[in-house]
Amino acid sequence: MFGVVSDAAVEVREIVKRYPKATVNAVDGVSFTVASGEVFGLLGPNGAGKTTTIGILTTRVKLTSGTGLVAGVDVARNPVHARSQLAVVPQRNNLDRSLSIRQNLLFHAGYHGVPRHDRAARADELLKMFGLTERADDKVDFVSGGQAQRIMIARALMHTPKVLFLDEPTTGLDPAARLFVWDRVRDLREQGVTVVITTHSMEEATALADRVGIMDHGHLLALDTPQALTRSLPGSTTLDLVTSSSNGDGDGAAELEALGRLSGVEKVERVADSAPGTVRVRVYVTGEAPMMVAPVATTLAELGISLNDVRLGEPSLEDVFISLTGRALR
Amino acid sequence: MSGPAATARTTGPASVFLAVLWRDIFVTGRELPIFLIQVILQPLFLLFVFGKVLSELGYTQPGYSQLLFPGVVSLTAILTALQSTALPLVIEFSFTKEIEDRLLAPMPTALVAVEKMVFAAIRAIIAALVMFPIGVIILGSVPWHPGAAPMFIVTLILGTLTGAAMGLVLGTAVPPNRINVMFTLVLTPLLFTGCVQYPWPSLDHLRWFQIVTLFNPMTYISEGMRGAMVPSVPHIRPEICLLALVAALGIFSSIGIRGFIRRAID
Repeated sequence: MFGVVSDAAVEVREIVKRYPKATVNAVDGVSFTVASGEVFGLLGPNGAGKTTTIGILTTRVKLTSGTGLVAGVDVARNPVHARSQLAVVPQRNNLDRSLSIRQNLLFHAGYHGVPRHDRAARADELLKMFGLTERADDKVDFVSGGQAQRIMIARALMHTPKVLFLDEPTTGLDPAARLFVWDRVRDLREQGVTVVITTHSMEEATALADRVGIMDHGHLLALDTPQALTRSLPGSTTLDLVTSSSNGDGDGAAELEALGRLSGVEKVERVADSAPGTVRVRVYVTGEAPMMVAPVATTLAELGISLNDVRLGEPSLEDVFISLTGRALR
Repeated sequence: MSGPAATARTTGPASVFLAVLWRDIFVTGRELPIFLIQVILQPLFLLFVFGKVLSELGYTQPGYSQLLFPGVVSLTAILTALQSTALPLVIEFSFTKEIEDRLLAPMPTALVAVEKMVFAAIRAIIAALVMFPIGVIILGSVPWHPGAAPMFIVTLILGTLTGAAMGLVLGTAVPPNRINVMFTLVLTPLLFTGCVQYPWPSLDHLRWFQIVTLFNPMTYISEGMRGAMVPSVPHIRPEICLLALVAALGIFSSIGIRGFIRRAID
């Protein structure tokens, strides 16, 4: 609270959480900083420690050691003040079932001391933004998953938090509802709200986050922009080829060997699922993938192998995760 | 401070507390008739059968209904308070999770527990007061004199808070799948060892049972109210009742609030 205060929205230093009776740390020495106005993604499989990290930062989980600051407020030392700076949208619907949609928003504002005359106007504005105006006076008992998510985000914004935590906001939503949530997150970003989002969807992290932290087993394995993370992979881009060989051996050995000798090719591997009579090959290239199409085609033609399909592939965060942990995300 | 916006809204814990209390009052207010039926039915039948039917049939002595009535008010007060904290807590922590939004309000977590107790006490006080018109209807009259008010009010407030604290302990300590069994195991003994149906000094001939009743906080509410409303019937001295209630409130609320914080924060 005193002295030099960084302008970081969230600052996490070496946080550790060990639950009672657990043999390993749920979060094990994680550090990161989220700049003000940034959309920050925490990506990892279930059990990676993402939700525990969010729990710590939103004062619901007690730290074992380390420091967490939200808007400059120490969440362990001053949880009451921290709560006025942040809002959280949990994975599970925790709306107040005794209240209508609008009342959920209004009462939340009341808990946070929003002046009475501001509450109704802000609620109307948020109900509109989240497409809830027509159902505002319905009970929350029978809303769909997508609607519950929208109501919870709207509710969270009622007290204009500096940092909004979204814990797996689109898990279990249909594609339309998911895109709606994505659009609203982008709106918030434009308004300068800092958003920390957890997800186990690569697509979501790539689509929304300015920077992504990859978590597994309580550790933060990598942290950068999605582009930088994928660039860091060996063989930054790929060519996926489908070939069929007219001389009939069909095992792909000839292709692999010839392509591997080309300059600019880092690695060539056969991909398992190919149709009978064809061979599917992935070529990892060090330079620009489109520049490699011609040499690859020529090489294959010289061998009498026909090229049926070429696809240029950017490595995804999924590949980054596999490269870091040696296994797929789910 | 950390920035201009951080200080823009200064919300004291007191106003947050009132906002959270208002939520509970607002929700209960809409369901008042259901709430009243729920809490009044049991004491009503107790009063009717023991106070009216048995006395009409001549199985009880004249005047019994007058010493039963304070006991029934006490029973209503403590059981309503206990159920008003225990059941909602089990549901809100385990199933609906709807308490989470209030746990994230900018006030100490212990105050959310205190709010639950205060709200349960308010409900229980209303239920206890409603027993008076019901008593008049069933029994024809209820024992009352102006001097009864101070002791009655203090006992009522302390007693309902104690009941609420006991509910807080139950609601946070008992696993949700056991709550039904727990209610039977706790409520039934509570109901019959709390000096509702008999004044404590009259148990002199049943010494062991007299000692058992001393462990039930309800005994001190019943006896405190009896002493206030029908002072002519032998009863435990008022100052002992109040002392015992303060002690019970202190013990149960400290265990209950600790249990609440344990459930609220991992």
